[in-house]
Amino acid sequence: MGSGMVAASFVVGLDLVQISAIASSVEKFGGRFLDRIYTPAELRYCLLDPDTSAIHLAARFAAKEAARKVLRLEDDAVGWRSIEVERSPTGFCELLLHDEARARAFHVGFVSFSVSMTHEADYASAVVLGERRRSGSPL
Amino acid sequence: MKDDIRAILMEHGRLVRPVETLSDDANLYQAGMTSHASVNVMLALEAKLDIEFPDRMLRRSVFESISAIHAAVFELRTALLRVNVRHEP
Repeated sequence: MGSGMVAASFVVGLDLVQISAIASSVEKFGGRFLDRIYTPAELRYCLLDPDTSAIHLAARFAAKEAARKVLRLEDDAVGWRSIEVERSPTGFCELLLHDEARARAFHVGFVSFSVSMTHEADYASAVVLGERRRSGSPL
Repeated sequence: MKDDIRAILMEHGRLVRPVETLSDDANLYQAGMTSHASVNVMLALEAKLDIEFPDRMLRRSVFESISAIHAAVFELRTALLRVNVRHEP
């Protein structure tokens, strides 16, 4: 393969979170937990319906942790709010990276991310797929 | 202060082994602490010790062991003390 060719590789991250454990954190720590972990936009969506807020919060926590695994953070300091789940009006979700998470992603060559979340009974789970591109590396 | 840290780990760490069986340098993640549990531990420490972990300290190594947490808390409290002394008339 000649120079200048672009190869892609993928990194996957998975996380599982107990919904009742997230509800317990909200009960114990309240706004200190919420404001430390979630962006204002995430909180606006998650807290719309008190009956389902813990589910949405848990799924997003799982997505953030799955993204941290994809970023291979090692010992980098990356705040939880620098990884955000954005929900479109159609219900599909995208991952937005800000600040140190964005810088880390750029540093290790990620060009796109995809996120999928689900929940059942007392557990919420998320998978994040990150695409990396390296010029000149073999396919 | 390590007793406070151990008490908070017992309540919030979700460890699979009793905290009293862990040495100060034992790896807490290997003892079952999840990332969510580490957040709870951090928030409980902040409430108990009147400190705040800045984003630069949200690193895996800071919560990796009782010794590491102790070192971080010591650093934060020392910095707080310096600020308070500086503000004295």
